[in-house]
Amino acid sequence: MKLKTTVLLGAALAGLLGTSLASAAEEQFIGLPSYRVGPYAAGGSGLFGGWIDYMTLINERDGGINGVKLTWEECETEYNNARGVECYERMKKKGATGNTVFQPVSTGITYSVLEKVAQDKIPMVTIGYGRTDAADGRVFPWVFPMITTYWSQASAIVNYMGQKEGGMDKLKGKKIGLLYHDSAYGKESHAIMDKLAAKHGFEVMKIAVAHPGNEQQSQWLQIRQAKPDYVVLWGWGVMNPTAIKAAAKTGYPREKMVGVWWSGAEEDTIPAGTAAKGFVAAGFNVAGANYPVIADVKKFVYGKDKGNMEDKTRVGSVYYNRGVVHGIITVEAIRKAQEKYGKGKALTGEQVRWGFENLNLDDARLKALGATGFLPPLKITCADHEGPGKVKFQQWDGNQWKVITDWVDSDRPLVRGMIEESAAAYAKEKGIKPRDCSKES
Amino acid sequence: MLYREAGQFKATYAEDSQIFPIRQDKIGFWLLMLVFGAAVPLLANEYWLKAILIPVLIFSLAAIGLNILTGYAGQLSLGSAAFMAVGAFAAYNFILRIEGMPFLVALVLAGLTAALVGILFGLPSLRIKGFYLAVATLAAQFFIVWALVKFPWFSNNSSSGVVTAQDVTILGYTFATPEAKYVLTFLIVAFMALLAKNMVRSSTGRAWMAVRDMDVAAQVIGFRLMRTKLLAFAVSSFYCGVAGALYAYTYIGTVEPEGFNLDLSFKILFMIIIGGVGSIMGSFLGAAFIVLLPIFLDNLVPAIFGDSLGAGFVSNFQLIVFGGLIIFFLIVEPHGLARLWQIAKEKLRLWPFPH
Repeated sequence: MKLKTTVLLGAALAGLLGTSLASAAEEQFIGLPSYRVGPYAAGGSGLFGGWIDYMTLINERDGGINGVKLTWEECETEYNNARGVECYERMKKKGATGNTVFQPVSTGITYSVLEKVAQDKIPMVTIGYGRTDAADGRVFPWVFPMITTYWSQASAIVNYMGQKEGGMDKLKGKKIGLLYHDSAYGKESHAIMDKLAAKHGFEVMKIAVAHPGNEQQSQWLQIRQAKPDYVVLWGWGVMNPTAIKAAAKTGYPREKMVGVWWSGAEEDTIPAGTAAKGFVAAGFNVAGANYPVIADVKKFVYGKDKGNMEDKTRVGSVYYNRGVVHGIITVEAIRKAQEKYGKGKALTGEQVRWGFENLNLDDARLKALGATGFLPPLKITCADHEGPGKVKFQQWDGNQWKVITDWVDSDRPLVRGMIEESAAAYAKEKGIKPRDCSKES
Repeated sequence: MLYREAGQFKATYAEDSQIFPIRQDKIGFWLLMLVFGAAVPLLANEYWLKAILIPVLIFSLAAIGLNILTGYAGQLSLGSAAFMAVGAFAAYNFILRIEGMPFLVALVLAGLTAALVGILFGLPSLRIKGFYLAVATLAAQFFIVWALVKFPWFSNNSSSGVVTAQDVTILGYTFATPEAKYVLTFLIVAFMALLAKNMVRSSTGRAWMAVRDMDVAAQVIGFRLMRTKLLAFAVSSFYCGVAGALYAYTYIGTVEPEGFNLDLSFKILFMIIIGGVGSIMGSFLGAAFIVLLPIFLDNLVPAIFGDSLGAGFVSNFQLIVFGGLIIFFLIVEPHGLARLWQIAKEKLRLWPFPH
């Protein structure tokens, strides 16, 4: 009797372990530190909705990545650093192989976990925000500020203005207003704009807007007096529609205003009403639902009523599409890592890091994904964790965003020089020995 | 039954004025210290230490700081987070700029810097009271965060104003593991809480309470208002400053001025309101409540409702429950959790024969 129970128990246990191992081996866990409440909920719900929908698409249409199903869990951060750290710690050991990748979508949380990810061996991907000099992969092996950084963006915006004027030399003597959110995020623009001003001979007029930015009368009075040729809107949240409305009130042409990618979404223009017509903004992803990848999401995810968005009309909006970009990059990095570490296997964060570092989304691959023109072609290397540094410019026509340029390049040598200088200073302060990229495989 | 005091006699004044005059309390206290000082670091996992226990301890310390000012000295303040920021950035700069600066000395210096700034912003308290003073401290909140962003010297010219805390090394030992950091935080917080408890029981604390209850009367019977109020500001800011330095060094590791915003100040204020205004123990209870409840709800709500509700609804629902619970507690017990404990204790002392 006793023997029998022991054997039975043992068998049951073995069975349990066996099945759990078998099922666990086919799942890749991704922790999502989302924010759906608080001042930035509009951006957060769109972005994480798009990201989740893309992962659902991979599971529904392809049955996962080479058979590995994606699983995820959301953790509400409220865009708060302490809550973000709690989410990071809570999720890092979840799933069979731990959290695959951490993408906080908050510069504050990025800084808070910057050193933790290296200890825990979890790659951190910060697309279009976070620490700019982390683009130097020799000093920051675990951090990937992909596609483009704030500095590249500032440079691309200046290049766009050069294009509009008919040549970079035409910028000489021009005056560019920089209306920035008075925070670490907004100040990120100063050093690079000063450098570019010195190089091209234009003048930068820096005008601070205190958080949250719903009061901008004195700033626009200043702009009206100085009459800059362009105004760069480096804003976030409620500051953007306020600026657009104030521009209309003071009679500053919206066509001469260029927003950054956190100022160029439907959430920024629709509240400004007709005043927003003509407003231009940069973006590393474009708006619109006329891309095969979005069509697939509609067919396989919303067709089966598995979509994450409560408001389906937001599918194809700027933030939603940005979430799809997060999804594409995450999925493709896992796919790349599976090529090296075994197809159809769940991978650890350390293995997926290799996938990010060797990610290569060329035109052919983007076409296969149905995302040609949706995001710029992307190639990451050991030294360069940023990639193309390109943005497209879109103009609000009163109802929707219209793409008005091709991918606009940034001044790569200048930006890269600043990144390396800043990263070297960090490495010195922290006593980090930069990796030798010729020895990486 | 538990609290039967029969046979516990006090024969000296010293015995009568102890922090824990009842033997059961004393045993309970040492048991708690043993559990949190020894058992927890041995048993708790990394997530609990790093994400829950360390922040609870640090916020308790900040809440003690605010409680000294608001609960004991009666000066309403909305600048606690700013004083934490002063502490964090001061510690960073002391360690960065002075070769071989020991961590504990830097911690004390950070507290002193915060105390100095606190005195400066406490000056208006000599003229204005109540809500008007709260507005003056609000100025501290905005000014300090603005200054830390404005002058790059504070963040060693980092382009984004963010600083990364150096390693914590005391006598050649580096506190790197979560267990070590927890023990360090625990010891510092326990020591400072004991200090605060004694301070509020001494003549200093009595002076604060006299000023709180009626400052004109206090002045008439011979308390010097300026000294008392400014001392309260200094001590309070010292506690907040040390809490801020610990926040940077043993908890988050990387801090930016915006992290210490008005929201955090309000959170600390809620901690003392929920925990108990004018109670050291209440600071701990309030901090634990405010830090743990959202995390608890974040785990609980999806577990109950599963995927049937949208993620946006789940997030908002947590906030609704959180707010609802705070209102519930304030109605049921306006004096905070500490008062609830006190009532329970009084009942226990009489139980089971209440008459």
